Amino acid sequence: MTVLCLVERDGEHAADVSLRALTFARSLGDVTAVTMGNAATRPAGPPPGATGAGGDAGVGPALAADVSAYGAAEVYAVGLDGYAPQAWARALAGLAGEVAAGAVVAAGTDRGHEVLAHLGAITGLPMAANCASARPGEDGTLRLVRHRWAGSLLEDAVLEASPALLTVAVDAVPAVPAEQPAPAAVRAYQPVLDEADLLVSATESAGRAGGASLATARVVVGGGRGVGGPDGFGVLEELAGLLGGVVGVSRVVTSEGWRPHQQQVGQTGTRISPELYLACGISGAIQHMAGCLSSKHIVAVNTDAGAPIIARADYAVIGDLNEVLPALVAAIRARG
Amino acid sequence: MEVAVCVKRVPMVGGKIVVTADGQDVDTRMSGFTVSPHEECAVEEAVRLAERDGGRVTVLTLGPAAAADQLRDMLAIGASRAVLLETDGREWGPIATAAAIVDALRAGGPYDLILFGNEAADTGGFQVGVRVAHLLGLPCVTGIKHLEVSGGRLRAGREYRGTEEAYDLPLPAVVSVKEGINLPRYPSLPGRLRAKRAAIERIEPERYPWHAEGLRKERLRVPPAQNKRAEILGTGAGAVPALVALLDDLGVLP
Ligand SMILES: Cc1cc2nc3c(=O)[nH]c(=O)nc-3n(C[C@H](O)[C@H](O)[C@H](O)COP(=O)(O)OP(=O)(O)OC[C@H]3O[C@@H](n4cnc5c(N)ncnc54)[C@H](O)[C@@H]3O)c2cc1C
Ligand SMILES: Nc1ncnc2c1ncn2[C@@H]1O[C@H](COP(=O)(O)O)[C@@H](O)[C@H]1O
Repeated sequence: MTVLCLVERDGEHAADVSLRALTFARSLGDVTAVTMGNAATRPAGPPPGATGAGGDAGVGPALAADVSAYGAAEVYAVGLDGYAPQAWARALAGLAGEVAAGAVVAAGTDRGHEVLAHLGAITGLPMAANCASARPGEDGTLRLVRHRWAGSLLEDAVLEASPALLTVAVDAVPAVPAEQPAPAAVRAYQPVLDEADLLVSATESAGRAGGASLATARVVVGGGRGVGGPDGFGVLEELAGLLGGVVGVSRVVTSEGWRPHQQQVGQTGTRISPELYLACGISGAIQHMAGCLSSKHIVAVNTDAGAPIIARADYAVIGDLNEVLPALVAAIRARG
Repeated sequence: MEVAVCVKRVPMVGGKIVVTADGQDVDTRMSGFTVSPHEECAVEEAVRLAERDGGRVTVLTLGPAAAADQLRDMLAIGASRAVLLETDGREWGPIATAAAIVDALRAGGPYDLILFGNEAADTGGFQVGVRVAHLLGLPCVTGIKHLEVSGGRLRAGREYRGTEEAYDLPLPAVVSVKEGINLPRYPSLPGRLRAKRAAIERIEPERYPWHAEGLRKERLRVPPAQNKRAEILGTGAGAVPALVALLDDLGVLP
């Protein structure tokens, strides 16, 4: 079966999340990668539209090498400028028909979910979000394992539809290079669009959004209700500064207005994957843990030895964070 | 401005998620119910728009009779009208859900703006809003954390790989929002009393019969690796030397 895989870009390269999606796609069949647009977003000003030739939309050598290494036999450059979700979906629908795709796969990112939801709406087919695995069953169905509750619960499901529209739970699928990669053939594709497809399209804005450093930080010092109020975060900031990390918080902290939402870790906040997550005064609700289970090491500081986080952490200190954290800061400073 | 907001009743799961013996549902004997924070923020955003420009906020849910509780919660934070599309309690797929919502929106509208959560808290389908937009022939955008409405258009913003990208859409439109777009208010006492007395428009389950979709749930299970037991480093400040040694091992000390 031919599997179309939408590849998002990270500069000249394929984004890491898309390497994971390619790895997932490979488990289903022969992979054809698809990439759209030159830049991540279109600069404000000129109207959106299709560029002349697909070749211009550009699959550079770095991107071609990436998708080849992860097992794509072909890569289509779609002649589309910038990000217009419905147009991207229309292009995928057209290509899926052209190559008779049995599945269309994208990383479970904002864009991946959005484009595949449009594709589901355009085709009237079901879309399964955040799949951790998929394998062909008898009778042409797919047996899926997908994430619910942001991965706190797994669903075994059967998908009966062709093409199968799937996004990949990127936390659950590592990027694994193909065993016998071959250079992918680069092809151009010009989608047939109508005006409505281009009505909604992204323009870049100058400002940098917050929260990015939380997602990529090597150390996160977490604070929850146990911090007690907005003034309690000074020592967490100080510790985070010492460890070269950032502060992350629970939803109680953001909904109380103690800290901005961009610092929230969890199902409806940011997902983190640091070397160390030091979770202080946080009980460990499943929606919080969904955001930090990719941490290499979790250390909890909690007054309650029975708190759920103790059953999810690697190490724990039972005690009052108001006592433990200042002593920890002092001890680290004393080391010089 | 006439704004509709779609919310979904979900179990309020805390420290542990438990599945019923038949593997079909989350065990809710010990839990309350709520809506996703994304949806609560959508309601807050709608209420702010109505407070500024006038108009009504209609909250709508497809769910069992008990989902009236969640509608009342939304009335308590400022929604003006509530519609319950009652089901027999079975789990609906996103395609059927979108079709029923579209039918109710057509009957109760017109709306200038239709808001959704980015994804339902429980099933995480990431699609009902987009499907509704296509069925109504409206433009839509998802994952929104910033919204401004003026002159019949809306400007919406979201994050993409550390930068913010902006969208400009004509109204009427469909927008799926994320938590963080605002800080929802707590219900006031008068708000709660008003919500308690408010009438809820109920549409009989016969109107929207459940039907199967191409994506079928077989079984729910809790992921295996969830239960480890932390190694206790110590108690209070007495644990600090062990903690420092651990941080040193992990290579995170300056
Ligand atoms: C759909 C949905 C999505 C959600 N998304 C998120 C999300 O993205 N992120 C998130 O965090 N939550 C989320 N939540 C909320 C979540 O369920 C919990 O309510 C929340 O995580 C609890 O925050 P907390 O641990 O800070 O507070 P609590 O649960 O109240 O825990 C406080 C902890 O601090 C300890 N403590 C108290 N004082 C001290 C002290 N002096 N020293 C040390 N320890 C102390 C207590 O023993 C307790 O364990 C979501 C909920 C729902 C329903
Ligand atoms: N049963 C429902 N009733 C009302 N709104 C719903 C329902 N299911 C989903 N929605 C809305 O659609 C959004 C996306 O849901 P989903 O596509 O299922 O993840 C949710 O955040 C809700 O705003």
